[in-house]
Amino acid sequence: MSEPEESWWDVDAGPIVRSFARTGGRTRPTRDEFNLITLIIATNTDTARHGLEPEHIMILRMCTGAPLSVAEIAARLDMPATVAKVLLGDLLDMGAIHTRAPIALAEAPEIHVLQAVLDGIRRL
Amino acid sequence: MEFAGSEPYPGTGSLPTAVKILIAGGFGAGKTTMVGAVSEISPLQTEEVITQTSEGVDDLSGVEGKTTTTVAMDFGRITISQDLVLYLFGTPGQNRFWFMWDELALGALGAIVLADTRRIEDSFPAVDYFEHRGTSFVVAVNRFDGASDYDVEEVRYALDLDTHVPVVMCDARSRESSKLVLVTLLEHAMASRMAAVR
Repeated sequence: MSEPEESWWDVDAGPIVRSFARTGGRTRPTRDEFNLITLIIATNTDTARHGLEPEHIMILRMCTGAPLSVAEIAARLDMPATVAKVLLGDLLDMGAIHTRAPIALAEAPEIHVLQAVLDGIRRL
Repeated sequence: MEFAGSEPYPGTGSLPTAVKILIAGGFGAGKTTMVGAVSEISPLQTEEVITQTSEGVDDLSGVEGKTTTTVAMDFGRITISQDLVLYLFGTPGQNRFWFMWDELALGALGAIVLADTRRIEDSFPAVDYFEHRGTSFVVAVNRFDGASDYDVEEVRYALDLDTHVPVVMCDARSRESSKLVLVTLLEHAMASRMAAVR
């Protein structure tokens, strides 16, 4: 039986500790603008630049050519979305990515959007 | 612009926009199966690490503790057009993850509550949540092999659903059946939206 005060560093904590170590201990992105379905595209694939961590480079490579959502990036990096958002915030600050926020988050969906999705599903 | 030379997508004008639909239901109701049946990619998993202050749980010393919970969600993608990408999120069904549903439900086109008639009570939290939030939803009864077949009206009665909420039978393993559930949801969401505009 492990003591309660020891439980923070048990084996279950391992991946979490490692994830946040990659972000220098930061748990929040520098800007609060990433939703799970915010789409990301790399604008610059010059991965030799100063200050890039391996995970930054992986993100730039996977978002080259076709956009990916924050959720997909996090899944492919096998890290919590919270951690991926921190790394994406770094890349945004460097001007290395473009983002596209989801449609009208605070409002009810527009009829033309619903119609477009309906048509798309019928075409599948 | 310093990096303008190598931009594959100059500006954000040509980036598509994403929308989402939630698939909610109890553990084992078939959420991931349905995501996989219609998604163009194999379902992926995203995790959120959530730190909560525990209240009255480990009340040994009177000192507030913190617990870290990892909530996993399976999701898939359907490219609708050059401008529009649909994401389907299988959402954790347990009550204690409400706070997480809020980020997910924000901006959702609608939701599918996937019901398992062997454990119909597992659908209550999701139904309550979407009713309360005003999110358009349909109830899809996933017919498992050997599960006793309730009819649509029995499910509607058991879940105490409003008459306007569609209830459909489905097979979450089938692409066509899952597509039909999505079509039912979108038609329902459009009808609700038009009624609200009028």
